[in-house]
Amino acid sequence: MTPAYQLTNLSKSYAGRQVLNIDHLEIHPGEILAVIGPSGAGKSTLLRILNFLESPDSGKVYFQGQPVNYHKIPLEVRRMVTTVFQNPALLSGNVGSNLQFGLRLRGLKDGHRDVDEMLERLGLTSLRRSPAHTLSGGEAQRVALARALILKPTVLLLDEPTANLDPYNVEMIESVIRGINQTHQTTIVLVTHNIFQARRLADRVALLLNGEIVETADTQTFYKNPCDSRTRGFIRGEMVW
Amino acid sequence: METILSGIIQGLKLFFYGDATLWQIIGVSAQVSGIALLISAVIGIPLGALLGLTRFPGRRMIQAMIYTGMGLPPVVVGLAVYLLISNNGLLGPLQQAWIPKLFTVEAMIAAQVIIAAPLVIGYTMSAVGEVSPNLRLQVRSLGATRVQVLGTTLREARRGVLVALIGGFGSILSEVGAVMMVGGNIEGSTRVMTTAILLETRRGNFELAIGLGIVLLGMAFLINLSAAQLQGKGY
Repeated sequence: MTPAYQLTNLSKSYAGRQVLNIDHLEIHPGEILAVIGPSGAGKSTLLRILNFLESPDSGKVYFQGQPVNYHKIPLEVRRMVTTVFQNPALLSGNVGSNLQFGLRLRGLKDGHRDVDEMLERLGLTSLRRSPAHTLSGGEAQRVALARALILKPTVLLLDEPTANLDPYNVEMIESVIRGINQTHQTTIVLVTHNIFQARRLADRVALLLNGEIVETADTQTFYKNPCDSRTRGFIRGEMVW
Repeated sequence: METILSGIIQGLKLFFYGDATLWQIIGVSAQVSGIALLISAVIGIPLGALLGLTRFPGRRMIQAMIYTGMGLPPVVVGLAVYLLISNNGLLGPLQQAWIPKLFTVEAMIAAQVIIAAPLVIGYTMSAVGEVSPNLRLQVRSLGATRVQVLGTTLREARRGVLVALIGGFGSILSEVGAVMMVGGNIEGSTRVMTTAILLETRRGNFELAIGLGIVLLGMAFLINLSAAQLQGKGY
């Protein structure tokens, strides 16, 4: 099966400081891959590269078997991937208009049924006409997730989607992520430093330290029988680098 | 005090009883400043957005030039336009249709565009710069093209863009130096409210001057009130 992504010899630096240096990483279609690691490990940079928002300094990225030319990415390819960021950057306007935003970008004006369905799925129906700036953190993050999911992306990238949220919102968001992966076979890359969330949701887990992939394995192996001592340390909650 | 009161009453009378000369002056003012603002908006909003959102070598130099332009004295603009389009000027002798003639409404519009455009560009640049980079990243991630990102950012910055337009309009509606120099204050043709006030004051006709002043203030207030209402509707 053609991988959703294949990354080889990828590197990225900011102001002379290398933040990513990945020899090889494959992301399988339809899987949930959790990328865990401490703050500053390069997780968010990796997501931006996967979402074609930033280009790597060197190395190759293949998307669905095709090499990605970051200077000329077709719009239809870009629109197959979307990210939900840790900070749910909502547009001014109400919840409904936020959900319709991506549809409008694609010239799809008649998406009311999809909006209704998505609002219901994320428990937001009563908030449809609420101004975005009046929402709580959990509600805003659910709107951000709904706004991404309504576009039915082939790949969904999640950057710490439940950081700082209460257990109710965490549970609801995790349940929707699981559901969308199972029903639509959406490829999901979840970036988190919450090892418990990664264990609950992911099919495979990768540990990223100082921009390097230390270990990638299926979830059970990763947690029960990791190969690398740094992985063992990270799982135990030790400071690793 | 008596003169001021009398001027206020005179102004209200002129305005409400529909004095033809006054309305003609108001019409020319609205035409000149309205068209100048429209041209400044068409040039200034996209340019301000581009300067606010993109980074390129020389951007700071352009920024400094824009900020300087925001403080241009109208009389200097008037002088520059005069020297450009007069028969002995740089462009005047070319006799091209697109070059406005001195002492015409078109020349006044050109001068006011030079005054208002840097303000619209500068304020727009600042307004779009205030929109969170995270939001722009999110919009791109949702599949927006460059033009759609620009449009969405402008929409999010609409309060600031509105302020840019109000600032630009305020500056040209109330300026007198440039329109006097390139318009010539010709009755029935290029006389606008500010030049009429100047003329009536020189003539010692304070009542009419105050009356015109009240109308000018009233217009500015109504425009700003409408803008404030529009701003409020956005949220």
